[in-house]
Amino acid sequence: MGNILVVTEHMKGEFQDISLEMLGRARQLANGGSCSAIVFGGMKDRASELGAADRVLCVEGNDDFNPEAYASAALEVIQAESPDLVLVGSTSMGMDIAPVLGVSMDLPVISYCSGIENSGDGYEFTSQLYGGKMDVKSSASKAVAMVLAGSFSADEGKSGGSANVEDVSVGASSSRVQFKELIEPEAADVDITQSDILVAVGRGIGSKDDIEVAQELAETLNADLACSRPVVDAGWLPKSCQVGKSGLKVNPKVYIALGISGAPEHLEGMKDVSTIIAVNTDKNAPIFDVAHYGMTDDLFDICEEIGDSL
Amino acid sequence: MKIAVLLKQVPDLAEELEVDDSGKALDTEYIKFRLNEYDEHALEEAVCLKEAGEASEVTAIALDGEEVDKALFTAMAKGADKALKLTGTGAEGSRNAAAFFSEALDSEYDLIMTGVQSVDDREGMMGPMLSAMLKIPCVSVVTRVDGGSSGVTVKKEYFGGLMAAFDVQTPAVLGIQAARQTPRYAPVSKVRQIQQSASIEEKSLIGSTDSARSEVTSMAPPVKTGGAKMLGSVDELVELLKEKGVA
Repeated sequence: MGNILVVTEHMKGEFQDISLEMLGRARQLANGGSCSAIVFGGMKDRASELGAADRVLCVEGNDDFNPEAYASAALEVIQAESPDLVLVGSTSMGMDIAPVLGVSMDLPVISYCSGIENSGDGYEFTSQLYGGKMDVKSSASKAVAMVLAGSFSADEGKSGGSANVEDVSVGASSSRVQFKELIEPEAADVDITQSDILVAVGRGIGSKDDIEVAQELAETLNADLACSRPVVDAGWLPKSCQVGKSGLKVNPKVYIALGISGAPEHLEGMKDVSTIIAVNTDKNAPIFDVAHYGMTDDLFDICEEIGDSL
Repeated sequence: MKIAVLLKQVPDLAEELEVDDSGKALDTEYIKFRLNEYDEHALEEAVCLKEAGEASEVTAIALDGEEVDKALFTAMAKGADKALKLTGTGAEGSRNAAAFFSEALDSEYDLIMTGVQSVDDREGMMGPMLSAMLKIPCVSVVTRVDGGSSGVTVKKEYFGGLMAAFDVQTPAVLGIQAARQTPRYAPVSKVRQIQQSASIEEKSLIGSTDSARSEVTSMAPPVKTGGAKMLGSVDELVELLKEKGVA
């Protein structure tokens, strides 16, 4: 138990799921202590959606995320509240906030948390390190924890009573970072969030030419082609094909992962698919923990043989 | 504009990872190290800025460790003008490393670029922690940097391809997610040539290790949650695809 504070995230007037997921877990962990949420700008009007919070602390200001201004506002609120545990998303926005809070408050920062428990006079955290290949447990009496999306139930964050909605005033942050504009993704030829079947390729594919092998398999199966982040960074497939944290969340009937190791960032986008088939030569690859079916043979042989037998 | 690119060697995840006898850390005796892939992108974006005439000098900086000289010479072969190796004690873990860099980096650099994260930064991402210590701004998950009048303009990625553009006053720290183009490759011959013609500067210091810490209690591969049913042959796979209505 203890006092827990959740730094919420929003985009285009909606709370991100991660905010509700963290709040739900905070409610369970607070167990007699208080559970508060910081919201920014116009999200005050949506405070009632945060059912699990005792208090919703509303920071006035711009709705557009600003790394400097949001971190500085969160810091000021946390200095005033001095909670035992601060939860921040292990997300693009959270990365601009949590490490700054930790240093400025002299609190430990715990990254990539997929589990948090009460333990003695503090908390025990489970962090997914080395691309999900190791679970590291650590303990601290007070901390700023960065929570991986999808680790806890969002529904838990909505349920509960009605929170006290309070305005908090914070000083003006310095304005060394200025928001300019949101940039929408380029329209894609194929919307992979609507696909029935996806053939997804990862780093194991090796080279751009080898994408053709996967493309042929996709055509044979009437599937669309998707991929993990390294394939986009290498320039082999467009961003619109990317599944995962900085890409898209997909829900086809069948997801065939070829040469994808299954880093937490990728799993975030596909782990709830009802049938996942993974092909990876590394039998310890984390993808096999979320997959329903697996094979460790060479993916090129497999693609070719499937092509031959269909 | 002078740029510092902070580089770090991390365990190669293509290798089998094992826990050491303490049960709390990786057994590093037999594992291979490679440059943090996000740091490769940070270096690439920095070199692109220089090639575009928007930066005057790129310095690659790394803490001493496994195969660091090779990483720094490779960085020079890819276009960094200088390389600096920081030696000394008290730089273990991302939090201490940030404190170490904050001691070592003087105000010479306008822009400090590093990978947005690494597979082992359990104690927080190094870039934003460093920015808080230096009291300068930081933007993470950056995929594009361009020169501006009093600083830089960056694109930060959120999710689903959605991004935002920010103007950032320098000095600043940027956590790079991806460079504007695929990181270039430096042929071994070029790295060798650099090794013979250039040298790595060294700076030694003692880091501060008194920041707030969490205590690691255990490290282990994730508990298998049922996991995948392994298929023995492509025939089985084809049967499965037919059963699921895919083939």
